[in-house]
Amino acid sequence: MHEVPHVVLCEGCDAAYPQPRLQPQQIAQCPRCGTELDRHTGSQSQRLLPLAIAGLLMFAVANLFPIVEMVLAGQHSETTLLGAVMVLTGEDMTSVALLVLATTMVFPLLQLLILIYVLVPLAGQRKPLGFAWLVRVLQSLQPWGMVEVFMLGVLVAIVKLSSSAEVIVGPALGAFVALTVLLTALLSFQPRNLWHMAFAAAAEPDA
Amino acid sequence: MSAPSTPPTGSSLGLTACHHCGTVWKDASNGSRCSHCGTALHQRKAHSLQRTWALLLAALVMYIPANMLPVMVSSSLIKTQTDTILSGVIYFWVTGAWGLAVVVFVASFIVPLFKLAALLLLVITAQRRSSWRRSERTKLYRIVELIGRWSMLDVFVVTLMAGVVRIEGFAEITAGIGIAAFAAVVVLTMLAALSFDPRLIWDGADAPAPAVHISEPIPADNPPHGQHSQS
Repeated sequence: MHEVPHVVLCEGCDAAYPQPRLQPQQIAQCPRCGTELDRHTGSQSQRLLPLAIAGLLMFAVANLFPIVEMVLAGQHSETTLLGAVMVLTGEDMTSVALLVLATTMVFPLLQLLILIYVLVPLAGQRKPLGFAWLVRVLQSLQPWGMVEVFMLGVLVAIVKLSSSAEVIVGPALGAFVALTVLLTALLSFQPRNLWHMAFAAAAEPDA
Repeated sequence: MSAPSTPPTGSSLGLTACHHCGTVWKDASNGSRCSHCGTALHQRKAHSLQRTWALLLAALVMYIPANMLPVMVSSSLIKTQTDTILSGVIYFWVTGAWGLAVVVFVASFIVPLFKLAALLLLVITAQRRSSWRRSERTKLYRIVELIGRWSMLDVFVVTLMAGVVRIEGFAEITAGIGIAAFAAVVVLTMLAALSFDPRLIWDGADAPAPAVHISEPIPADNPPHGQHSQS
């Protein structure tokens, strides 16, 4: 078994192509099936770390404060995301509660933490401990973080509630909007490119 | 036309790309490890069709309770009301929230149904090694992958409603068992889509078109690569 450099295989149809050399903003697509082969990342990799740190802050605000509060006949009721998950657990809906917990809190948090842990040493041309495993975890988590879907769910719930009660939007809502934007920007960066950054770092002679 | 007799695909050249880091290896035996990142190398996703079938059938079974059983139980002083996925949509529609009715109807009803139908079509045609509309089927697969997550919408809505509406004895919402079945459909179809290997659509197909299609103008000093030119 030996490495074949400068070749890409299409993930959609297995066609083999010479590695396309891309300019900034360019995207290479397989002419046979249309699947994306590669895209130029440009300076995106340098923006990841600040975005991830901002994301972590927003994550904290989004989860520490209530999302919505309702007032009905003089009585108040409000919930945080974790609070809603706990209510489900109490109603014998543990499986659903765990799914919500994982897709809206655990996975996005892990994605942010792994990115920060990996990017800090990479900025100094070093590969952190457990790099290979962590990037694989990051790639596997990609389909399962669902903050943007949750965001839409919050909007639907607010409209639903507002027909029968007074609804006060909590401070977490704005943080969730910001987190959605940050995560979308962060995750449009293919974790695969972290490998390329690491390979480049490994190619540098050690000081 | 002097098209190569063997299509230049990874499998015909004995090449395997690492699923995680994309490095291409020659003569890698199935299950050996990528020397760069340690991922097990497979020419095709392991047992792709069997896994996709199993997950898809499980999702089809769960689809029935997901739509028949209540997903939300609302109780107030006067009455107790149960809602299924579709009755929730109808409620939005009759109260005049048409935009929202459409969003929820699409995310909770159309998308899961579309996903189930599309995956069935993909897995059946791949199993029969059909050559029918290969590139459209690949597009279909990408759409299924892209939209799958949005069906979780109703799960999140029910979670939030159950979390916030709990003014005891006055207005209380609890989650119905239907939401667990619905969540199972979403997760099972997502897993089914992840198990399906789109390259199975193309196995046995003719040679691919010559050059990589690059969006945007190509600078003069960087000509497109087209070693496999057929002209």
